[in-house]
Amino acid sequence: MSGHSTYNPTNPVMKWLDDRLPLPRLMYDSFVSYPVPRNLNYWYTFGGILMIMMVSQIITGIILVMHYTPHVDMAFDSVEHIRRNVNFGNVLQKWHAVGASFFFIAVYIHIARGMYYGSYKAPREILWMLGVAIFLVMMATGFMGYVLPWGQMSFWGAKVITNLFSAVPFFGEAIVTWLWGGFSVDNATLQRFFSLHYLLPFVLVGVVILHVWALHVTGQGNPTGVEVKSGQDTIAFTPFATVKDAFALSVFFIVFTAFVFYAPDYLGHSINYEEANPLVTPEHIVPEWYYLPFYAILRAVPDKLLGVVAMFGSIMIWFILPWLDTSKVRSAAYRPIFKQLFWLLMIDFFILGVVGANPPEGWWITVGQIATVYYFAHFLILLPLVGLLETPRPLPSSISDAVLAKNASKQPAAQPAE
Amino acid sequence: MSTAEAPDEDRRDFLYIATGAVGAVGAAALAVPLIDQMNPSASVLALASIEVDLSPIEEGQSITVKWRGNPVIIRHRTAKEIEEAKAVNVADLPDQDARNANVADGSAATDENRVVDGKTQYLVQMGVCTHLGCVPIGNEGEYDGWFCPCHGSHYDTSGRIRKGPAPENLPVPEYQYLSDTKIKIG
Ligand code: HEM
Ligand code: FES
Repeated sequence: MSGHSTYNPTNPVMKWLDDRLPLPRLMYDSFVSYPVPRNLNYWYTFGGILMIMMVSQIITGIILVMHYTPHVDMAFDSVEHIRRNVNFGNVLQKWHAVGASFFFIAVYIHIARGMYYGSYKAPREILWMLGVAIFLVMMATGFMGYVLPWGQMSFWGAKVITNLFSAVPFFGEAIVTWLWGGFSVDNATLQRFFSLHYLLPFVLVGVVILHVWALHVTGQGNPTGVEVKSGQDTIAFTPFATVKDAFALSVFFIVFTAFVFYAPDYLGHSINYEEANPLVTPEHIVPEWYYLPFYAILRAVPDKLLGVVAMFGSIMIWFILPWLDTSKVRSAAYRPIFKQLFWLLMIDFFILGVVGANPPEGWWITVGQIATVYYFAHFLILLPLVGLLETPRPLPSSISDAVLAKNASKQPAAQPAE
Repeated sequence: MSTAEAPDEDRRDFLYIATGAVGAVGAAALAVPLIDQMNPSASVLALASIEVDLSPIEEGQSITVKWRGNPVIIRHRTAKEIEEAKAVNVADLPDQDARNANVADGSAATDENRVVDGKTQYLVQMGVCTHLGCVPIGNEGEYDGWFCPCHGSHYDTSGRIRKGPAPENLPVPEYQYLSDTKIKIG
């Protein structure tokens, strides 16, 4: 919603600057006077939370690098050194490690919000696709970061995931050797992962800027899925949305820091406190929890190449989601059947996560295969069909109508007393 | 358009194409070092071969040695294991290639083609699952050979893939007997 600017600097210095480089104007228009729908709920605060988590990872990461050594003989010890000897090192290291998990918690909620409210639909396709790209960069960053402490899980996770590329026909072997810089995951691999783990977060910042730019071109969606029609439908970003975001962020950080201080290892694997050993694979290798559903899809397919294709495909499919969903109505609030399918997908995704955490034996295999088939059926069959067959509930004529109707139904007794 | 402009236009086209061509060649030439620097360095490639003494390995025992950063499994197989390996019909195997660097490419995956004649008790193979590279565990799995814990691949007593996501038999590295009980890998 790029209306005309209401920035009106009174300070002569700001006026002078505005005529030459209107950066304060850009900030004012984007984060102060910027109009947002008045009915945004707490699910819409996770974008802001994600911004803060990204900054938090970058700051703690840069600090860790001041004490970390990217070499196979020293990496493991240097992380222990951070935890034991560096002033406040134990907090900073855990902040970064647990922060990665909470970054992913926030991004999963953010993505689910988008799927529930149909945020990906026209005209927000590019905004959504940039989000999928962000998710991919986050996955790559988290994966390479996890290798740096050079524990058993670091090593074997790295070996298994890089080996995915050996499934590429003809060039597979050459690609993997190139990625490793050797015949196995070794020092050359650790050093390049370190280099890229430092680089990718800044690539992430770049894509996030594009994401927010696209957001400010189309304007924010809202829980009704009805577009903003007049000034009555909106409120100014500051103070209204700012305060709501800040409150949600505080609650999120209370939970996050509770984990950092009281259960820093709860979300990780104890086997990573054992130094990497290239000759022994741990009994049970599992990736970090945030990769589990995709790992389950990989293992559900008994063919190497197809398993890899299915795993990458399960995320790539999000890129075409705006065109797979055929319904004109955005929000699940007005789509009774789609709403149930959404929750079934959430359950399915959760089941995939549980399967990914368990050994590929017995009926876990069957459960994983059924859940994988359902996952793809949701996007490729159910979504296109439901959009055509379902009768949506009537939409409110505007956002303010929806808000007023909701408030009226909340205090019916108050009316007659007037 | 006047005729006087024509030569100028030809000249401009030529300059465009020439500049573009030089640029493209330059970019390609630049890409080579940028990409190739990630391939194994000279020091990694220079990793020497290793010698292993087989005599301390009792029948039914395996050892693992490290070669080029990867584990090599050497197993002294029991008579029963050899028999089981020989009894398999190659046509029933998911991968019918011997995957042995010491025999001709494309040789059949018979047990004979996986070991050295006269030394059939010693199976020497990479301990690198052909699925995604974990180290398979010995004496496990449904075929009495190796089981990969990562995604459930079963290998038989000849190291051939029998069940699970791994597409190929465990590769046999290049090696030769230096004496009756000593081999050189690499
Ligand atoms: C997108 C943001 C980022 C994510 C998702 C992320 C993720 C991770 C993860 C999962 C680990 C393993 C933690 C552990 O087990 O200890 C890690 C470690 C590490 N990261 Fe990051 N990271 C991010 C940004 C950064 C940045 C910007 C830097 C430096 C500029 C950095 C430097 C490091 C270092 C040095 C380690 C190894 C030390 C350690 O394990 O505590 N990270 N990162
Ligand atoms: S790595 Fe062995 S089964 Fe996947």
